[in-house]
Amino acid sequence: MRLDRLPISVLRTRYVPGGWDVLAFVLVFAFFIYAAQAAHGLVGSLAHLQATPISLKPSALIGYSARTALRMLIAMVASLIFTFSYATLAAKSHRAEVILVPLLDFLQSVPILSFSLTILFFLQLTPGRIAGAEMAAIFLIFTSQAWNMAFSFYHSLRSIPDELVEVAHNFQLGPWMRFWRLEVPFGMPALIWNMMMSMSGGWFFVTVSEAISVGNTTVTLPGVGSYIALAIERKDLGAIGWAIAAMVVVIVLFDQLLFRPLAASADWFRLEQEVGLTPSHCWALTMMRRSRLFGLMGYGFAAMLRAGMKAPAPRPRRAAAAAGSWRSRLIDYAWYALLILIGLLALWKTAYFVLDEVRPAEIGRVLLLGLITLTRVAVLIALASLIWVPIGVWVGLRPRAASFVQPIAQLLAAFPANLLFPIVVSEIVIHKLTPDIWLSPLMILGTQWYILFNVIVGASAIAPDLRYAGENLGVHGWLWWRRVALPAVFPFYVTGAITASGGSWNASIVAEVAAWGSQTLTAHGLGAYISTATSAGDFRRTVLGTVVLSLFVVTLNRVFWRPLYARAERKFRIS
Amino acid sequence: MNATAAAMNLTPLLDVEGVCKSFRKPDGDELVVLDNVNLTLRPGEIVGLLGRSGSGKSTLLRVIAGLDQPSGGVVGYLGHPVGGPAAGIAMVFQSFALFPWLTVLENVQLGLEALGVPVPEMRKRSLQAIDLIGLDGFESAYPRELSGGMRQRVGFARALVVHPNILLMDEPFSALDVLTAETLRSDFLNLWGEGQLPIKAVLLVTHNIEEAVQTCDRMLIFSTNPGRVVSEIPVDLPHPRHAQDPRFRALIDRVYVEMTARPRSESRAGPKSERFPGTGIGTVLTHVSSNVLTGLIETVDGPPYKGKADLPAIAEEQHLEVDDLFPAAEALQMLRFAEVEGGDIKLTEAGAQFAQSETDERKKLFARHLITYVPLAAHIRRVLDERASHSAPKSRFFDELEDYMAEEGAEQTLRTIISWGRYAETFAYDDNRQAFSLENPT
Repeated sequence: MRLDRLPISVLRTRYVPGGWDVLAFVLVFAFFIYAAQAAHGLVGSLAHLQATPISLKPSALIGYSARTALRMLIAMVASLIFTFSYATLAAKSHRAEVILVPLLDFLQSVPILSFSLTILFFLQLTPGRIAGAEMAAIFLIFTSQAWNMAFSFYHSLRSIPDELVEVAHNFQLGPWMRFWRLEVPFGMPALIWNMMMSMSGGWFFVTVSEAISVGNTTVTLPGVGSYIALAIERKDLGAIGWAIAAMVVVIVLFDQLLFRPLAASADWFRLEQEVGLTPSHCWALTMMRRSRLFGLMGYGFAAMLRAGMKAPAPRPRRAAAAAGSWRSRLIDYAWYALLILIGLLALWKTAYFVLDEVRPAEIGRVLLLGLITLTRVAVLIALASLIWVPIGVWVGLRPRAASFVQPIAQLLAAFPANLLFPIVVSEIVIHKLTPDIWLSPLMILGTQWYILFNVIVGASAIAPDLRYAGENLGVHGWLWWRRVALPAVFPFYVTGAITASGGSWNASIVAEVAAWGSQTLTAHGLGAYISTATSAGDFRRTVLGTVVLSLFVVTLNRVFWRPLYARAERKFRIS
Repeated sequence: MNATAAAMNLTPLLDVEGVCKSFRKPDGDELVVLDNVNLTLRPGEIVGLLGRSGSGKSTLLRVIAGLDQPSGGVVGYLGHPVGGPAAGIAMVFQSFALFPWLTVLENVQLGLEALGVPVPEMRKRSLQAIDLIGLDGFESAYPRELSGGMRQRVGFARALVVHPNILLMDEPFSALDVLTAETLRSDFLNLWGEGQLPIKAVLLVTHNIEEAVQTCDRMLIFSTNPGRVVSEIPVDLPHPRHAQDPRFRALIDRVYVEMTARPRSESRAGPKSERFPGTGIGTVLTHVSSNVLTGLIETVDGPPYKGKADLPAIAEEQHLEVDDLFPAAEALQMLRFAEVEGGDIKLTEAGAQFAQSETDERKKLFARHLITYVPLAAHIRRVLDERASHSAPKSRFFDELEDYMAEEGAEQTLRTIISWGRYAETFAYDDNRQAFSLENPT
């Protein structure tokens, strides 16, 4: 073994800090200073917070953006921790899986507003301090981020190729090492895509999570969301403009400093080279790779992981496997029985709680409201598909256009519906339109982009040979759409439509009630029902509305989307 | 390295005794994959496990590696039973199984990291292994930047770096092109012959007969359904071995004869196979395309074979792997277009007639034989004839097949019968509706 044979990247030493080093240094310390300042607000008292109202001065937005961004980051870290533990448990233990996966299905369909009921709990944790309110806000952001991330990681864990698992066993990797060396890297590409989606979701509901109002309890935390809420209340168009500008800046910063480097490095994690739209080069990643500061941080992280890897692999349970399956089956039955029991108990408790005040007739009415919202979602998805599928195909076939359109769509997906309230509400009032129809587009405002994203990816994945064959045979016009483009993007479209539909249901809570100044427009629908119940502090009706909404979403997923997806997978897969 | 004789006296590294493996089917019946397998591995020898794909040899390898538990019997390693992944048994995988997010160096270090070897020593040993296996200069490359051959070298380095006593190789060269496989194999044999490899014995699973003869000191022939060792063939040719050597050819012929031999006795209850296999509806049909069947008939019929051919010769001429050739030969045998025995394939009268016919006649002949000799085809056709709608869901037959075989077997069997039925135009199948019918689109 000769040391001079070492690969250059292992042995390279540089003594003079380069440009990348300086940039990294500046960015890292700027981050620390800003985080410290933003965190400073956490320790104040609630009374002090209420004494300092939100200011609509544009200069105040700098601090507000920092606070909002920090909340989102903390919520993202919490979501990651949740994802890693929840999804791992669900994927590793069959008994846990039985309950955890449907539970996640349910949680994903619960709109963020329904979680705001928990604010009282958080406020009581730290009486009189801001910390409790901050925790509540972070928890609300968390509820708009965590579920799809957990799903994505769970699916990844379930689809790790057998032989990689066997390598891990054969070379005696302990659970900790297997997690960091195999499971996390494998799940990373999908997880990062979902983190980006989650971040957009967090922005979409930013007003809901910062300006919390449940019954008599109202907490307004300093941040972009509260700023927007106040601007709407005061009918201040200029402030709305500033808020949009601040949001764009923060979203672009997140994209440049966090998601692009992550996506670019995750490109290396892919098992096979797919045609995707993720950028494979970005300056932030170059900086991280070239600067010694990040190198040192990375080295520290790696050493920490390695220390944990020394934990010996557990001896496999030969006895457990052989010890007669009747015993494990008995435990299975006991476990299922227990779950059914708990489920029945919860059902009974909920019914008891709700029916205490709510008449059966109202349940019928709520179901009817659900049908109205369902109609809205269905019509909107259909309309969005008509618009975005052709555009997506057109863009996807042109790589240059795709690289241009994708970041814009990503930005628009994060655009909170509230920001359009001024336009929508004034237009509806001036032209005397029915809110039931004209408020609806707000529902799909943030979610339609997922259709566009996925269709673009699908169209750019069409094998060139297929396109050439089509051209060669002279397939043009409608025939081309019917035989080439639409079937090719169909599985991708379904994925996007599922995301859009689920998101639209959640968005109904901010879309069916729109306010501009003193004017409040309400459409008939389940979202408005939940929204009204929450702001009135009516727990029973909030729970009822939430349960019905979940019922609609989960049923729709089971009887419509899932079979459609399975069919798309089977029919349009080549090989 | 001719260590066989010396090795006979040494205590075995590995002692597999009466290993069985069965899976429980949904209906509660057992599906036997490994049936009473015995083998020993002594220091200094390379033993080959030779069998068709699906014969359970890979399962056996996984049981030995402790990745899978046997349903019965004991795997003894250095005198102790193996209860889980054992230090000292390393594996090389057919698909390489490299971690795409780790560099070559990191991939190689993986096993040492798991053992908690200090970083400097880990690096030193890894670079040594990389050096030895000829990967110098590729340390910082990612697997996707490498060709298949280089990837498998990483697989070897990763296994060797932990200094295992036993190296298990699961068809390590079969995912490579012929030339690359040849190079890698001879590099490996050179290192082994020079005693440079930090391993004591090798167990090689393969379906490539020539590779087994080239590499092994002993070959164990594995039978299918259930998997068991049916015979052992020692190879006492000196290295390097040449494929043109008559003794080499003779060994290859002998393996073909062993592998095409009919089971001597049917120990199992159930459908008895008479002269031809495939009597019951419960026979797993390996998928062979009608193109391959037609091609094989034409080859055997044409010069220089004139209706009777030596299987090794055909394999070589047509560049067919055993895994392609044997199922095709067996399918022809089942359809009574050919007979296979003693390493030879001979066309029947019908086979010869098929070879000389035009497409339409061929299809008619094929249809007749399909209905007569493949009970599942006859069964499907009968059901379709009896039903007023002349159509039946796939699941109906799938459930029936599952009484006899595992899920994958049933899936594969149906795929085969659909493909043959379509060629013969005996029945049609609509994948969207997942249903058989008698209507062909007109």
